[in-house]
Amino acid sequence: MDAFLIQTLNGLDKGGAYALLALGLTLVFGTLGVVNFAHGTLFMLGAFCAVTLSRILTISKQVKDESITFFDAYKEIPYLEIWFPDLGPVIIDMAVPLAIVMTIPVMLLLGLVMERGLIRHFYKREHSEQILVTFGLALVVMQIVKSFYGANPIPTAAPSALAGTAAVGAWLGLSDAIVYPWWRIIYLLFAGVVIGAVFVFLNYTTYGMVVRAGMADRETVGLLGINIGRRFTIVFGLAAVVAGLAGTMYVPIVPPDYHMGLDFLVLSFVVVVVGGMGSLPGAVLAGFLLGILQSFASMNEVKQVLPGIDQVIIYLVAVAILLARPRGLLGRKGVME
Amino acid sequence: MMSVPAPQKDMRMFLIFVVVVLTSPIWLAPIGAGYPQLLQAFAIFGIFAIGFNVLFGLTGYLSFGHAAFLGAGSYTAVWAFKLLSMNIIPAILFSMVIAGLFAALIGFVCLRRSGIYFSILTLAFAQMSFNLAYSVLTPITNGETGLTLEAGDARILDPVYENAAAGGLPSPNFFGLEMADFGGYAGVYVCFAVLILAFYVYLRIFRSPFGLKLLAIKSNQNRMGYTGFNTRPYLMAAFVISGIYAGLAGGLMAVTDPLAGAERMQWTESGAVVLMTILGGVGTLFGPLLGATLIEYSENIFSAVNKTELIEMFSFLGQDGAAAMASVLSLFVGEGWLLTLGALFMIVVIFLPGGMMQGISIINERFFSKKPAGDGEKPGAGKAQEV
Repeated sequence: MDAFLIQTLNGLDKGGAYALLALGLTLVFGTLGVVNFAHGTLFMLGAFCAVTLSRILTISKQVKDESITFFDAYKEIPYLEIWFPDLGPVIIDMAVPLAIVMTIPVMLLLGLVMERGLIRHFYKREHSEQILVTFGLALVVMQIVKSFYGANPIPTAAPSALAGTAAVGAWLGLSDAIVYPWWRIIYLLFAGVVIGAVFVFLNYTTYGMVVRAGMADRETVGLLGINIGRRFTIVFGLAAVVAGLAGTMYVPIVPPDYHMGLDFLVLSFVVVVVGGMGSLPGAVLAGFLLGILQSFASMNEVKQVLPGIDQVIIYLVAVAILLARPRGLLGRKGVME
Repeated sequence: MMSVPAPQKDMRMFLIFVVVVLTSPIWLAPIGAGYPQLLQAFAIFGIFAIGFNVLFGLTGYLSFGHAAFLGAGSYTAVWAFKLLSMNIIPAILFSMVIAGLFAALIGFVCLRRSGIYFSILTLAFAQMSFNLAYSVLTPITNGETGLTLEAGDARILDPVYENAAAGGLPSPNFFGLEMADFGGYAGVYVCFAVLILAFYVYLRIFRSPFGLKLLAIKSNQNRMGYTGFNTRPYLMAAFVISGIYAGLAGGLMAVTDPLAGAERMQWTESGAVVLMTILGGVGTLFGPLLGATLIEYSENIFSAVNKTELIEMFSFLGQDGAAAMASVLSLFVGEGWLLTLGALFMIVVIFLPGGMMQGISIINERFFSKKPAGDGEKPGAGKAQEV
């Protein structure tokens, strides 16, 4: 039972990241009809927003270390701590959550530039060409990031207040031995909030309503005098922000490196396909479902019966779904069947 | 639009191709590409790319899973060396057979879908093979370390004294001719011979009624279906053929350098072959070969350059100018070679979807065409078909 609970949480956590990525991917596909192989790169860029912010905050000055008297020793003290002795360390500690504030405008801008600069020219081209050009873009961005940040993963800590573990077991009246890292719980909640915000935006605002109408019938909406193209561009920016936020918050869980995006890309595509191309609830459902499946498959009890199942479970499920129900779990009838 | 060239013309073209390939060590030497490893890579990736073109170029099915067949071919060849003989013939044959069977299995499932679903299915299978090769299949693949030859291998077809006599590990040979003989050129010419054979078969496929049917599937699969034509077996055949080509390329990799690792199965490797094909020209006869050669060549050239060399190269700009130039350009060379590749790739897909062959045919029409301008249709991806 304990292992069961932990694996469910693990799965929900992983599923949160998958769902956020798949949400953006399917949003772009549903609106612009573009298959974006550079979406994982946006996730990676979001993660590097957090790394960058934490580096900016810790720009340091060399100060003589007074505690060592045998020789001249220097230590680095961030300017923030020198200027604001009380507040500085707190701000530095909160680098990752603060990065959210930076990620949103940066990713929005990047998304808009990417859409206007590149994606726009590929609306009418074949899916294979869209895949190829965005794949090329992903390679380019990855290499640029690599040349700035190096090839190694860069660990960036969560705020120290959230670095510990939560007594999940005690809350539920189970054994006290079941604990779970706070940050992962935060991530799960955060994913829920972002997903909720996207759904509220699309379902309960006029803007979102127009976007949904455009997804259903772009031409008619255009004929009604609405500049649907511009709205779709904004939606692309929104998808970039969602992917970026997913990346930013993921930093304390797995230290980011330049190819994390590519690793997530394949999985998030599988998630989109399982959920149904262009279906938002499908993407979220499939994300959590596959995350949980993957966690359970990596339990030792399961691995003893079926060795290697944890490596392939997601792909096996995807293959089965694609063959049995090509439109995915919640895909609309007739869309991309 | 599709004019099928007369057989004599094909034959002439093929002979020119043979001469060009066989003399390539001579004429590639001045541009720094005349050394065995690179020439082998040209041939191997050329085979990989023309095989891929049989699928993607003729039927339009974009597979991201061909690296799995390449890897399967490599593993099979190394196992053939370990168990049977150091002669390359069984290794190559078995790598083709196993890769073909593997392709038949994966193709059977993946070809039930088309378009982007096909791409994602093949991607999923490739990723599955890669993950399995790294984890559970370690007894077969030797996991992260990769599969290598060992002194204690069985090699049941080789004479016993050979095993005992040689101090080090035996090397792959063709009836006694070792791949490393003649400064590595024995291996190069074995690869060239295989490339020429492979290209001949590929040429026949292109010109055959079978090839034309594949092209028809690409241009309109529904219409083929409506005329009462079952497309599945043809797609399946194309998939298996391109899988066999990939396995052959993987086998040759093991022949020239007898080890096999899982990284050959990673899906980015499939991305590389897609790139070669696109860069050269999808669906054209020579495009994939050109693309493979160009990419392998520039990878070797670009990734070898480092910053100090760049500074020397731009020393005429003065010290600061050279340093600035070098720091910008060093993004694109050495470790950053992939950046050049990605950028090149984007430029080609955006501006020249027909690849280099389209570029060549545009230049041809502009400057060498006897027909008045404006005659005939716009040069498109399909136009290059006639080459």
